[in-house]
Amino acid sequence: MTLLWIPLLTLLGVLVPILTERYGRYLCTLATAIPPVIALILTLGQIPALLEDVVPRISLAWIPSMGLDLAFRMDGLSLLFAILILGIGLLIILYACFYLSAQEATGRFYAYLMLFMTAMLGIVMADNLILLWLFWELTSLSSFLLIGFWSYRSDARKGARMAMTVTGAGGLALLAGLLLLGDVVGSFNIGEVLASKDLILADERYPIILILVLLGAFTKSAQFPFQFWLPHAMAAPTPVSAYLHSATMVKAGIFLMARLHPALGGSELWMVIVTLTGLATMLYGAWFALFKTDLKGILAFSTVSHLGLITVLLGIGSPMAILAALFHILNHATFKAALFMSAGIIDHETGTREVGKLGNLRRAMPVTALLTTIASAAMAGVPFLNGFLSKEMFFTESLVAPLLGGLSWMIPTLATLGGILSVAYSLRLVHAVFFKPARVEPPKHPHEPPHLMRLPVEILVVLCIAVGLFPAALATGILTLATGALLEEPLAFHLAIWHGINLPLLMSIIAIIVGIAIYLLHQPINRFVKQFSPMDARLIFEASIQRLVAGTEVVTQRLENGSLQRYMSFLLGAALILATLGLVQLPTLAGTKPTQPMDGIVLWGAAMLIFSGIGTAVTHRYRLISLLMLSVVGLMVSLTFARFSAPDLALTQLSVEVVTMILLMLALFFLPQRTPRESSARRTIRDVALAAALGMVVASLNYAVLTRDIDSIANFFIENSVPGGGGHNVVNVILVDFRGFDTLGEITVLAIAGLGIFKLLNRLRLYMPHSDNEGRLWSPDRYPMILTSVSQTLLPLALLVSAFIFLRGHNQPGGGFIAGLVTAVALILIYMARGVEWTQSRLDFPYQPVAIGGVAVATLTGLGSWVFDRPFLTSAFGHFHLPLVGDFELATAMLFDLGVYLAVVGATLMILANLGKLTTPHRPSKEPQQPSKEKS
Amino acid sequence: METLYAITTGVLSACGLFLTLRGRTFPVVAGLTLLSYAVNLFLFSMGGLTTDGAVIVNGGEEYADPLPQALVLTAIVIGFAMTAFSVILAMRARGDLGSDHVDGRKLEESRGDRG
Repeated sequence: MTLLWIPLLTLLGVLVPILTERYGRYLCTLATAIPPVIALILTLGQIPALLEDVVPRISLAWIPSMGLDLAFRMDGLSLLFAILILGIGLLIILYACFYLSAQEATGRFYAYLMLFMTAMLGIVMADNLILLWLFWELTSLSSFLLIGFWSYRSDARKGARMAMTVTGAGGLALLAGLLLLGDVVGSFNIGEVLASKDLILADERYPIILILVLLGAFTKSAQFPFQFWLPHAMAAPTPVSAYLHSATMVKAGIFLMARLHPALGGSELWMVIVTLTGLATMLYGAWFALFKTDLKGILAFSTVSHLGLITVLLGIGSPMAILAALFHILNHATFKAALFMSAGIIDHETGTREVGKLGNLRRAMPVTALLTTIASAAMAGVPFLNGFLSKEMFFTESLVAPLLGGLSWMIPTLATLGGILSVAYSLRLVHAVFFKPARVEPPKHPHEPPHLMRLPVEILVVLCIAVGLFPAALATGILTLATGALLEEPLAFHLAIWHGINLPLLMSIIAIIVGIAIYLLHQPINRFVKQFSPMDARLIFEASIQRLVAGTEVVTQRLENGSLQRYMSFLLGAALILATLGLVQLPTLAGTKPTQPMDGIVLWGAAMLIFSGIGTAVTHRYRLISLLMLSVVGLMVSLTFARFSAPDLALTQLSVEVVTMILLMLALFFLPQRTPRESSARRTIRDVALAAALGMVVASLNYAVLTRDIDSIANFFIENSVPGGGGHNVVNVILVDFRGFDTLGEITVLAIAGLGIFKLLNRLRLYMPHSDNEGRLWSPDRYPMILTSVSQTLLPLALLVSAFIFLRGHNQPGGGFIAGLVTAVALILIYMARGVEWTQSRLDFPYQPVAIGGVAVATLTGLGSWVFDRPFLTSAFGHFHLPLVGDFELATAMLFDLGVYLAVVGATLMILANLGKLTTPHRPSKEPQQPSKEKS
Repeated sequence: METLYAITTGVLSACGLFLTLRGRTFPVVAGLTLLSYAVNLFLFSMGGLTTDGAVIVNGGEEYADPLPQALVLTAIVIGFAMTAFSVILAMRARGDLGSDHVDGRKLEESRGDRG
């Protein structure tokens, strides 16, 4: 459990500064430092176990189905990084207390910092690939918040966005790589992944995995060609730069490479990609560090360069190279964090970070000058400092790197070149700021910072010297543990300052001498470089983002021009392509099932269908005729259902047809009677071709299905209908029992559609024609006598029929849907015959509650089965005996069907009666308005 | 018979789709209705075409497939709700925008060659 507490403490630490901010800055700082201190103690407490070769682990299942566990480990590598993260983090907390001005939101800043610390600890301690990735993304997010802390500054926002974009994109690549890796290994557990090197290297997906994982690592660690975001992230407050961009976040990529080296490393591909990328990054960063004028810019590029150096070592991958890489991680973190903090002090005390505006500061700030000089010397690789030792080891390894074959001398040469540049920019940094005479006065009068602000720098510089002088005593222990986590066999090594006069020493000497020479020649080189127009990564990045946006806008405008007709044709075109692709894969269109013989009636029916269907389309500009044609189609469809053994469907279709036609007729009254001719011939041809092609696809598909034998699940329903549902009409039993839940959904949709229409018609004002299309006035005979009499006589009869259809529905064709529609048709007939007002005065109730009540009845029937401890919508039935009536059957499904009935009646009348209401008050009429109850 | 059935479904779908591609709301609604007829016929035929085999269980031998029938039955009712909703929407659009073009554009604009 101790392991779990380490990240958990820092996570809880997010709350501490927010809660304690009101008690003043110093107390807030102190309180914030408590969780990391405890976490650091707990981390150090793991050392005894590690010394006994036991790796402390903890694993809690989180989402086991995804292979995601809350698993942490603390091996030597995790330990090294955890100490760095927590140790430097504590120094940063102390430093930030003095760095941030009084007006700034210290609590928020510390909260972000703790969040970031948690994320970093999560990365280095994760024992599960997915968990590692989650923390990886969390560092991207929290670093976005930290870099953009001064959100009122444009460069901070842009820098934060750029860092987020680049590392986020890399994170996605990493996720893909890790998922593949987990798939190859069969587990996301890091321990298992590290043990499966042979399996991974042998898999054909290895190159893809490697490239994806390295993309993640390279973007995070600012390796060439993704280095450009790091200098722009310097818009962050300096404590952030010191923490994220020296010791932690940019080292996450390095950590990932080190962590996965036992699993992915050692191949030719790894060596080539990683080593060459590292070399390119190292030289690129060092070269540009030489010409930056911003203190933090110099440090940013030098960080890029040193990250490249570590990457080269990891690429070489020999045991000694790994050791050198880990050692340099440690050393770089100490001297670079010290330098960043010094730069922050200089900025803080003088008001500028521009090298040109600074100079001769050694008089005003002697202690800071001394500290910065020592740290810079460590960075340059001056003997007796820690940077020298790891750089020496780097030179040694570059000499024996088994790479590039005959050109292998290139690597030590380029390594020396990197060393030379490193000496030159370190020298420039120190000399220009502290020793060169100042050309202009800095904005503020410089003086030494408060001692506590300088304390973190002092601690780090002391460490630089101590490790430089007594490497064996101070660094051997931790490095043994860390290399132990990465290498199969324990590595015996001895860290020493003096290895005798050898080639690496010579390389160091060359680096220092030539580096000094280059700094002396700085002016002419600078002039030479200035001839080239400077490349600002931010401008290029912004420009490419803007090009991307412009490009997508063009595509969007092409596709989405506001014309629904165009979308429709795209949609149909896509459907056509997909369906055609599917059909082409059929070996033959016709299946093996023999076709049935045709008879005359079917032929006539089909002819009528085709004729009226085409008629509807052809006459669409004469809407009334088109509508009549459409009603013929509906009628013929109903007959088709009757012909092919579907009486329920035939009844439903017939009654729906009546309602639909009344509705469309009513609607047509308010809409233009004719459609203007506006499609161009080309458009019409295109539409005909598209529709015809799709029609052919539908026909082929239908034919293909009809001529094949189908293994249907129908028998289940037929066999269980009577014993399980208590009904002989299987279709009705399916609707109200087997698939009752679907039906419940469907009547709900119906009721919602009715309510939607009710709202749409609310306060709708429509233009109402006084005459028809040819100028004839509407008939003055509003309510024809015959229709009036017939409809009134028919109503009780129709209601009786609908009750009959409803009751017999369970065993004979019929049921709630059909009965509801019949009732609705009978009522609508009254509306049509006598007008809305007349009807409403006699049938005065709103239909909305009916529809909703129907849905409620159906739902309650379903819920009722819960009372009897049965699943939702379980039905029960039984036979009862009543005198006179005799034996009869009652089923709860009947109650459900009643709900269906009510919903259908309510929804249908809600739609039609409300639409009908629109006509009445304004309808041109020669008759006097009939008085109605509502108006009085 | 299967061939004829398939051809009929195809023709009805083609006519319906042609109408849905028109620029005025009423033909589009008619097209949707026609298309839903075609789709219902299509779905109905997924169980095969059976003559004299209504699924009223009474000891008979040959029954039609009840499942597509049940699905189509609700589809018919839902289809009605959809037609009603779209036609009322069309009326509302005309009432509010003064045009019955599907894009809600005026007549003069719609004569342009957009799309």
